[in-house]
Amino acid sequence: MIVAERKSIPELVDILKGHQKILVLGCGTCVTVCLAGGEREVSILSSALRIASNIGNHGFELEELTIERQCDNVFIETAAEIIERNDAILSLGCGAGVQAIAERYREKPVYAGLNTAFLGILEERGLWTEKCAACGACVLHQYGGICPITRCAKHMLNGPCGGSREDRCEVRPDRPCGWQLIYQRLKSIGQLDRLTTIAPPKNWEPSLGGGCRVIVREDHRI
Amino acid sequence: MRLQYPTNIRIIRTPCTGKLEVEYFMRAFENGADGVLVAGCEEGSCHFSEGNLMAKRRVNYTRQILSEAGFDRERLRMVNIGAADATIFVAMVKDMIETVRALGPNPIRRTKPSPKQEIHP
Repeated sequence: MIVAERKSIPELVDILKGHQKILVLGCGTCVTVCLAGGEREVSILSSALRIASNIGNHGFELEELTIERQCDNVFIETAAEIIERNDAILSLGCGAGVQAIAERYREKPVYAGLNTAFLGILEERGLWTEKCAACGACVLHQYGGICPITRCAKHMLNGPCGGSREDRCEVRPDRPCGWQLIYQRLKSIGQLDRLTTIAPPKNWEPSLGGGCRVIVREDHRI
Repeated sequence: MRLQYPTNIRIIRTPCTGKLEVEYFMRAFENGADGVLVAGCEEGSCHFSEGNLMAKRRVNYTRQILSEAGFDRERLRMVNIGAADATIFVAMVKDMIETVRALGPNPIRRTKPSPKQEIHP
């Protein structure tokens, strides 16, 4: 899922300054699961903004709403009325959600309330870790299902770098060495021989190197 | 044991402090509460295992948000008191009241216009 975290209240106050009627719009999908932009976070953040506005005399009048999914027009439509009657929207969706709302309401300022961080999973309660960089050319099959692009701090395809201590990454000692994990995993599934193949330099064109990415499915187009 | 505690507090009973959510504290301050004292059981003695520990984390998170919003975080405090420790309870309440008194009234209440002012400006 997409993992995000809330921007600080002073930053948000600064972004919203000058607007009066503001809709705080949550998203019921990924950002709800990562506790950043769901119904509950909309409520907490709105309270905090009301308090900050009251103390700083900014005059915010906030409305709250959480829709099922901000990156889908079908769900954005359900918020049409409340969006229309507000001057600006503070979206607690991911970057895609914010842009989907902005594209739909061209005359309405839409601001991001979150910093969209990465594609990851909930590792343990209150801890999310990055698992995928959406590089566009998946190599997981080669590395026992452990991504060297995201799990190795140096993105090494022919690792390890040799800098790990015990099983810890030298760049981030709080995280395990990705290559240690790859080795252990390949060993346990009997595929260590995969490491004898030298991986060529990765083609980054399917990633952001080739500009904004588009996927077309002709069989689904009308 | 009968002990007198300050009369200017309102006691809200919950089944466990683990029932308390961040929104509850935020709404309390938004609605003009001068201070909120969360009195949980002593750590390690929660009837629901870790309700008071969850409350502690939520109180800390709320204090951080309040601080970011420019609101004095000292208005929210959590203490751990055994169910039979009436003497400690009274002392904790008095201490909280002293803290709040030193901070003054909730600034939100002070700046919020009364309904009468809104109708007849």
